Amino acid sequence: MSKYLLDKFLYTVDRDPDLVERYRSSPRELVTWWEEDRANAVLNCHTGEASTWLRFTDDERQALIGHDHVRLFELGAHPFLTLTLFIAMFERDNTEPLEYQKAFGARLAHFDMPYPDIAT
Amino acid sequence: MASIVAVIASTHHPFYYKASTATGEDRPPFADEWERKILAFRETLTRANPDVLVMVGSDHFHQLWLDNMPQFLVGKAPFYDANWYNEEREFGLPRMLLKGQEDLSAHILRNGLDEGFDLAFSNELRIDHSITCPIITLRPEADLPIVPIYTNIFAPPLPQPARFVKLGETIRQIVEQWPSHLRVAIIGTGHLSLELGGPRQFGPHGPDPEFDRRAVEWIASGDIDNCLREVTLDSLHSPGNATHGFMDFMLMMGVAGAGAKADYVDTLDLFHTMEAYFTWYPTQGGVR
Repeated sequence: MSKYLLDKFLYTVDRDPDLVERYRSSPRELVTWWEEDRANAVLNCHTGEASTWLRFTDDERQALIGHDHVRLFELGAHPFLTLTLFIAMFERDNTEPLEYQKAFGARLAHFDMPYPDIAT
Repeated sequence: MASIVAVIASTHHPFYYKASTATGEDRPPFADEWERKILAFRETLTRANPDVLVMVGSDHFHQLWLDNMPQFLVGKAPFYDANWYNEEREFGLPRMLLKGQEDLSAHILRNGLDEGFDLAFSNELRIDHSITCPIITLRPEADLPIVPIYTNIFAPPLPQPARFVKLGETIRQIVEQWPSHLRVAIIGTGHLSLELGGPRQFGPHGPDPEFDRRAVEWIASGDIDNCLREVTLDSLHSPGNATHGFMDFMLMMGVAGAGAKADYVDTLDLFHTMEAYFTWYPTQGGVR
């Protein structure tokens, strides 16, 4: 389990407009590039410093590549981060207000309390 | 010494700016009533005539991140840029620049540390909608200097609810001891029941109207004892997965003081979440 890394992906992609577009249009390419190039960047540090040990599990990588926000919820990714990024990618396709947001919630309807733990 | 002329607790709904500035077909049906309520709420701050605003909120994973996460953080800077790319994108919020009241920041940090809160600080803080929403609703001129205080209601492990109340009580004492002639308003924003990214999100009301009703009663009556008796880190999952933001309301109950009845209370039942607005006028200071 690397909930922290899932959250780091969602966080860094959401906050970069170019990455949001790349993730929407080419998720496999973007996820693969991000894991190789960005997963180990220490964000709160000078450019060029990096960790050496961070990588996704196969399950996590597939959930990201598949835009599978239901699986991300199940894996304990932070729901605020997932929601914000997925709205950025897919709200534009709405044909009525809040259509995507409501469908996003409906796809999670089978989850009961307590929800998956999001502590990292 | 400084006087605390108003204590204000509010929800921070990021859609207010877009709803209230929309016209014609883009204007949602609830916008007129919402705007009327906000203008009445704004008047409760305006009539207190503050010089400085202490602003309590919570960073939504903008500048504060899981590799270096403070529980409580005080900004100490001459200026604060405000709002982020993804808040422009999703909520249409404008970029802002607010002045800082650095001497009050220093006073809060020094005395907070001495009172047992190991406060983090930031000399370069870009604030987000948890603080800019109440600027937009309560002081849209954005002309008063601020001291931003961030709490972690977002990334577990979180401090206990009682700690939020205690921090509020401590902030109140510290500000009252600030050697200044200035008039201070303390403003904090949080949530009632709220779900984000879960199955109960974006319903016709907040996810737990019964929790909201009791929460408004606790806040309006200053009933810290019953609130603390019923609210735990575990219990807050039940009304909605983002309801831990209610602890910022509990912090503001600590600022207002146990048993302090709010002088102004208003609510608005919206889709997605209930809005709630509270103002206290502490006896010291008062309305000028």
